[in-house]
Parts: sequence; structure tokens; C-alpha cells
Amino acid sequence: MSEKISLTCIGCPLGCTVNVVKSGNTIESISGNTCKRGYDYAQTEVLAPVRTVTSTVRVNGGRNPVVAVKTEAPIPKGKIKDCMKAIYNIKVNAPVAIGDVICDNIADTGVRLVASAND
Amino acid sequence: MLYDVIIIGAGVSGSAVAREVSRYDISACVLEKCEDVCEGTSKANSAIVHAGFDAAEGSLMAKLNVEGNEMMDKLARDLDFPFRRNGSLVVMFEGDDRSKLEELLERGRKNGARDLRIIEKEELHSMEPNIADDAVAALYAPTAGIVCPFNMTIAFAENAFANGVEFRLNTEVKAITASKEGYVIEAEKHEAFTGPETVRIETKAILNAAGAYSDVIHNMVSARTHHIKPRRGCYFLLDKTAGSFVEKTIFTLPNEMGKGILTAPTVHGNLLVGPDAKDIDNRDGVNTTAEELELVRASANRNLKNPPLRSVITSFAGVRAHEDSGDFIIEECPDAEFFFECAGIESPGLSASPAIGKMIAGIIADRFGAVRKNEYIETRKGVLNPASLSDEERSELIRKNPAYGNIICRCEMVTEGEIIDAVTRPLGARSLDGVKRRTRAGMGRCQAGFCSPRTMEIISRECGIPLYHVTKSGGASALIPNETLNDKYVIG
Amino acid sequence: MYDKRDIIIIGGGPAGIAAAVSAYDRFREAGIAKPSILVIERDKVLGGILNQCIHNGFGLHTFKEELTGPEYAGRFIDKLKERNIEYMLETMVMSITPDRKVTAMNRERGLFTIEAKAIVLAMGCRERARGALNIPGYRPAGIYSAGTAQRLVNIEGFMPGREVVILGSGDIGLIMARRMTLEGARVKVVAELMPYSGGLKRNIVQCLNDFDIPLKLSHTVVDIKGRERVESVTIAEVDDKLRPIPGTEEEYTCDTLLLSCGLIPENELSNGAGIGMNPVTNGPFVNESMETDVPGIFACGNVLHVHDLVDYVSEEAGNAGLHAAMYCLGQISSGSANEKVINVKTANSVRYTVPSVIRPDQMGDELTVRFRVGNVYKNCYIDVYLDDECIIHRKRPVVAPGEMENIVLKKEQLTGRKIENVRVELDINE
Repeated sequence: MSEKISLTCIGCPLGCTVNVVKSGNTIESISGNTCKRGYDYAQTEVLAPVRTVTSTVRVNGGRNPVVAVKTEAPIPKGKIKDCMKAIYNIKVNAPVAIGDVICDNIADTGVRLVASAND
Repeated sequence: MLYDVIIIGAGVSGSAVAREVSRYDISACVLEKCEDVCEGTSKANSAIVHAGFDAAEGSLMAKLNVEGNEMMDKLARDLDFPFRRNGSLVVMFEGDDRSKLEELLERGRKNGARDLRIIEKEELHSMEPNIADDAVAALYAPTAGIVCPFNMTIAFAENAFANGVEFRLNTEVKAITASKEGYVIEAEKHEAFTGPETVRIETKAILNAAGAYSDVIHNMVSARTHHIKPRRGCYFLLDKTAGSFVEKTIFTLPNEMGKGILTAPTVHGNLLVGPDAKDIDNRDGVNTTAEELELVRASANRNLKNPPLRSVITSFAGVRAHEDSGDFIIEECPDAEFFFECAGIESPGLSASPAIGKMIAGIIADRFGAVRKNEYIETRKGVLNPASLSDEERSELIRKNPAYGNIICRCEMVTEGEIIDAVTRPLGARSLDGVKRRTRAGMGRCQAGFCSPRTMEIISRECGIPLYHVTKSGGASALIPNETLNDKYVIG
Repeated sequence: MYDKRDIIIIGGGPAGIAAAVSAYDRFREAGIAKPSILVIERDKVLGGILNQCIHNGFGLHTFKEELTGPEYAGRFIDKLKERNIEYMLETMVMSITPDRKVTAMNRERGLFTIEAKAIVLAMGCRERARGALNIPGYRPAGIYSAGTAQRLVNIEGFMPGREVVILGSGDIGLIMARRMTLEGARVKVVAELMPYSGGLKRNIVQCLNDFDIPLKLSHTVVDIKGRERVESVTIAEVDDKLRPIPGTEEEYTCDTLLLSCGLIPENELSNGAGIGMNPVTNGPFVNESMETDVPGIFACGNVLHVHDLVDYVSEEAGNAGLHAAMYCLGQISSGSANEKVINVKTANSVRYTVPSVIRPDQMGDELTVRFRVGNVYKNCYIDVYLDDECIIHRKRPVVAPGEMENIVLKKEQLTGRKIENVRVELDINE
């Protein structure tokens, strides 16, 4: 059973609509892209889309009530919600510096959550 | 406690009356439904002190306008609010009826407005080069002025407070019944973030200064009903870069809906254009509409040469309390003893307010047989504006109080010191809008984009309330609604 | 009698810091051990607006990696601190004069004046407010510019509302749509006045599509209801003259309206010094050295023209700082009347260029000219003419108003002959 997916390429301002036909985990065809980047983007986006999550966590004793954090690497797109739920419950103590590890394995993604600001 | 007089409404009329009443040996209390003084018509109008030629000869409007105008210089000095006699022009264009201009001149002279004269094209265009080319003549009134309506109202209120008048804010009158002593007022107290609470207030007399609601209040006690028709006007406020586009207040010939759409500098250096006039049903209908703003825009484009409307920083609307009789109603109610009226106060109400206050306070004092107090504080100091100081004085001020060295509102260059003063003084600000009216923080070209989080912090700190209890203008105007906070952000 | 510095830089955001670093390095190259440079910043920390831009995507050009805003700022702040460049925080510049006296104020020093050999303007920009957009309706709480909301959420840790409508699809608006959603708000719609989005495709996909937030192009806000707090926002479709079409109104119940409708350079200080302004950018006119028409006063970053990428801000600001130092060192001249000057003209949908004049004698080997276009065009060419001779004819698959374009001119192209004008234009007849 093949599935048709329509994507907007983010490679450049052109924003090509790329149509992908896939069956299970196999891509049958990619069309509508006008360059190689569009092809690659569509492939990743359909098979294993990932996103870097950036947010804030509460900080005790800092200059501000919150400090910025990010996933050190992109995580699966489907994990964004779980990641945010985990982030809601994190509290850290000042001082916090850019690069400090806030959580070793955020929402079981195997990715570290690190501070992306100083406080 | 039984008061001598309860004043309903802390707009410019109620506040002016409160100040005048406080000269006498009379216990007085002001009830205001909003969280601050100067919240209704008094905060959204043309900020003009009229010369006094518009109103019909013999009317209260005519008499009190001219009297109020003459009182303004001393008042502005005594009470420390900005006022400037910039003069006004009623301009006629090609095709307009010249006899109407002469009529205004004649009426103005009879009303007692001083130094009026008609000027012709050449003088007019040299006086105001940005008036449209087909302007042919104008009625020039050198005594007309511009004022800060917020500071004037707040000044009246603060001075009344200093002389013993009590103010109860967030207190809305719901019902009035006659009693043996006078009247019992049932009011609802609605502080932000707490449930409403019903309070009973007993008083010998009432002064109704409820603005657009003055008919509602009146009709609670009198069978001779009043009827206010809310009349909305929309305005554009332009950046200070446009503030010197005209020097005088520019009117066009009046029509049946009012004095037409004017262009005027403000005492703070902005330019104000408006209002239109639209009869509406909602007394609180202070929303602008696209159609009305377009009318204002078209009028400015008609009367002026390339008006800088690209520099608009905000638009707003006010509701005038137009009473069917067409004149101010200032009297003791004929069928309700000790119920005094200050109703139908539309333009020129701001100009007339000092005289209105004096007149009605006189009536009340006579009725009570009250005498003047020996101790009366005539003057009041406003929030210090450091920009008015020399560089040396300013540095000295910052040495004494470093908060005056910390700019919070970068558009209007308002310091933390001024905001703290506005919040901590008697009858001080409790909201962003309250701070704005007292200090101009947030009134500039970025319209509080940068300073509102910082002003909120100062209010929170100085008032000892959590940040999420800071409102824009009281009531349900929370800036960070409590119920929308994420759990993680609720600070214990 | 006044305190003195060689260079005063007004603003400690990305532009100001990059200018300070490159000015410092040029002074050191010239053998000056302790360059006299002062950065004046009004906020409590250096870094400017980057501190609240906690999303990633910064620095791909400069550092070849994707950083968040605070991380990008951090790298430049480190460079500033390594060099021990002097800076003042929580200090507001009140005025500058054409003879380069800077009057500033803070809690500790009160009001004070410092005289500089050169000034670099790096004050940044502000967001266009509701009033300037002429949106009718009530004026309740709950109307925020996207940047104010960003500060509240990312720095102060507060949510400004729960049910949100966003007007404007610039990148800040899109980023805030995602940010508010991640924090539990419901973003109901993003309305965009123009028939195209001003934001990056990547942000439309990752900030809107990922969360099923609808984007309505050619729509604007026509009414705001709610006297105390926003209760609803009505949007309507607009025609090709951007006027709302009656009958297309849709009312959205919400408690918050975010505005992301353009940025305006903050040039009040520049105006006070009588610096000539370009009405298209609302920033100063500058020459190839990033110098304004007032000698010794340079400009860079968003106070000069609003940028899309911070990488370009850093590059341009580095150039401004370099030339400010060269000015102090007497290595460039400043505006003598008989100097040879080439005007940079624009045509065919090129809205402006920075710089707008070039003195070939003063330019380096290469000069980047940045510009923006007025509409979206596909398969067009960027053409550059020296008077009537076309020297660049570069194909672009797409250009858009939201993306800054640039061309590079070489010194040898502009010297050795008489040229009146350089003209940058789009060739859209393909």
C-alpha cells in the first residue's frame, strides 16, 4: 500500500512542493523538487524527521527565573511533546553556563539537554 | 460613617469638585468604578482649553468655559500640570459660508472670550504654513490652550486627597435609596483578582459626576429622567517628529455634531488629529472603527498640506456624554433634595472643569451652610520630570537617588525614579496605564513594547504584588493572566 | 575637559560587539597596545535581542554551525572580554552631537559626556506597534509585539496568554507561534497581510506546519474585541490594494494578539545629530566605509537597515568598526569635497542598497553591497551596471522581500576610469 506525502522544501526561499510516494519504509518516488537538496530533504523528512528543541527551564537563584536550553542534537520529531513534558519538570540551580548538561538523556531520546545561555 | 457628600465619578469634573469641596468644612468621599482616577471621558478627548466662542450665549457651557479658561494659568502653576496657551484658529476654506465665521466671532465676544479676531488669508498662511492652500480666513483666539488632561485630573484628585477627601476606587454604584439622613448607596467593590463585594455607604448628599453614566445615576433618584447619548470620537496621535506640524489648534467650521475634526499639538510635543462624532449605544464603546478613522484621516488630508499621518503612533476613541438638553446640568436636582448634578459634561467640559468645580462646590457649601477650613493646601507637586532640570541638577538628583539615572521608557526617556514616584505617591498608579498617564512611560513611539515588562517589575516590587497581578488598567486586564501560567512558572 | 575615547560604540548587541572587536584588532595591528574603545549598552547584559532568541539557526555563515541566539552572542562577548574592551551596562545614551560628544546617563555616574574621535551607531531596531498599523478596535491587555512576548516567555519566564492569534508572518512571529505552542498555548492562526510570508521557509514548516497552525496569506486584523483583556480578534481577507474585503471576516476567540509586523531602526540619536536618513530603510545613508554623512560617525546592524541574518550583521559591523579605527588612525579620509564619489542607484524593484555611495579610492579590494527587493520574483537576474555597462548578470531562482541579497564589487572594476553611477536592478523579464 503506497502513501503519498506532500512537503514544502526548506532548503531555500523557493519552497518547492515535493511529492513523495512511499511504501512502508521504502521511498518509491520523489518529484517536484528542483535540486538535489530538495531530494535529500524529502528523504529525511519522510523517513526520519528530526528537530532541535529549544526551550527554557526554571532556575533557582539566577539573574532571571528561567534559563535557555536546547537538545544537543536533533531528536525525532515525534518526541517533541515528550521532550517538552520532561523540560517542564526540570529545575536547576544557578550558576548555569552555556554547555552545562541539564539532562543526560531527555525523554529517552539518548540526546543530552544542555544550557544554551548563562545565568 | 455618615459622609456629608459622596462624589460619584473621579473624572475631571468629580475631581475638580472634590478639590473645591475640600476647601470647606465638609466630609467628602469620591467613588470611582475604575481602578484609577481619569479613566473615562477625561482620558480620551482633545486635550484642549477652548477660548469660549462655541457655546450658545447665556448657556452654562459658555459661561463656565470662559471662566475655566481664565483660571487655567494659576491652576497649572498651583497644581503643577502642563498647560500652554497656543491659540486656536477656526479655519474657513473656499466655498465655506463667511457669515458663520462672523457669527462665531460675535458669539465669542458676547460670551466674554478675549482678543478674538478674524484674520485673512495672508496672515493665516504665514501663521500656519501647513494649512491647505484654499484656506481663506480664520477666527483667531489667542487665549485658547492645550493641557495634559491626565495630569490635570490627577492633580485635582491628589490635591483634594491632600485636603482630606477620601477616594474609593474600584467601587461601582449599583443603587441609591433615600434615607432619613440623606441617601444610602449600594456599591460593588471589585478589586482585581478578588471576588466582588457589596458595600453600603451612607451620606447626607450626593454629587453626580458620573460622566457617560450620569443619567443612569440621576435616574436612580429622580423621576425627571435624564438621557445621555454616548457620542464617540476617534483620534490619531502622531509621533513627536510631527509635533510642530501646526503651532495652533486648527478647527474647521462647526456642524451640528460638534466642533469638527481638529489638529493640535499636545503639551508633550506630539500631534493630535480628531475626533469624528458618531452616536453609539454603548457608553463604554471606546473602540475605534476603520470607517471613523478613515473620516479623521480624510479630514486631515482635506484641511492640511500633506499631514504626516505616516507618523501615527496610536489611535484611540473617547465617548462624550452628550445630554439631550445640549447644555451642562449643574444644579441641585429639583425633585431630590441634596442630590447635586454635574451632568452632560461634554466639550468644553475639560476647559470648564475648574469653574464647574467652583460653582457646584459653592452650591453644596451654601446648602450645608459650611464654612471654609483654616488649613487648606493650595498647591501640589506632580511627578518630577528630570528632563526639566539642568545637567548639574540632574546629576545631583541621581547621586541622591540613583533610580533617576535608570531609563525605563527609552522613547519618552522616563526613569525608574519617576515611575517609583508615580506608584508610591498618594492615589498612586497601580497599573501600566496608570503609570503611563502619570509619567508618559509607554506613551512613545514603541507604545510600551520595550518598557512594559520592566514597568511591570517596578509596579510588582513597589506594590508588593506578584508580577502576574499587574494589570494594564485594573479589573480583568491582567497582562499575564494567572490562570494561563504554566505550573512551572507559578512562583511560590 | 571631557573624558575622551578613540571610539564610542552605542549599543552592545551583535553589531556593537562585532564593531568593537574589529576596531580593537585594527588598532593593535597599527601597534597601539591599549586601544581606547568604549561600548555603551542600555540593558543589564551584553548581547542585545539575541539573548531572548533562544531558538537555533544562528551562525551558519560565521561559525559553520547552528547556534541559539545566546550562544551566538556568547561567542562574540567572549571575544570582547578576551580583548578587555571597556563596556558600560545599564547606561543610556541621551544624545550625540555632530562633533562626536556622547552624553549618557546611568545610576552610578549620573549624566556625563565623553568625547570620541569616532562613533559607531549600533542601537538596533524596534518593532512596529499596533498604533502604527492602524488596527481598529478596543485597546485591552493582551496585545503584545512578538518580541515583547518573546522576552516575557524566554527571559522572565511568564506566558502572556493561552489562546493566541498572530498578525504578521515574519520570522519572529513564526518563532513565537512555535514557542507559545510548546509552552502549552493554542495558536489559532497566523495572518499575513501580504500574499507571501516574510519568514524563512524553514520557519513556516517547522514552526507552523509541524503544529498544524494555519497561515492565512492576504489577511489582516480588522477588529479587536474585549475592553479589559482581549476576547476575540477578527481577521479578513484583503484585496490587491491591501484593503479588507467586506464579508470575509472571521472572528477568533482568543486572549492574546501578537504582532510581528516589521522592524524600524531606532535612529532618534542619529536624527539628533543631524545625520542624513534614507527614507526607504529609516537608517542613515552610509558610504563604502559604513560612515554616515557626518564625518567620523559610522553605522551598522539593524540601526542601519533591518537584517535577516545576524551573520550579516556581524560582518557589516566588523567592517564599520574597522573603518572607525582606520578613521582614528588617519588611514581613511573623510568626505573632502573634491573626492571622487560613485552613487549607487537602484531600479526595477531593488528598494535600496547599503552603501549608497562608494569612494573607490577608499574601498578595499572587494566591497559587499547589500540590498532588498520589493516583491517575490522567480527565475530573475540581478544586474549591476557601471553607467551603461552591465558587469554582473546573476541568475536567482527566487528573490523575496524577506531575504537580503548582495553583490560584490571589486576595486579594479571601479578605478582607473570615470564612473558616475553604479546601478543595481532586477531583470524579471524571463
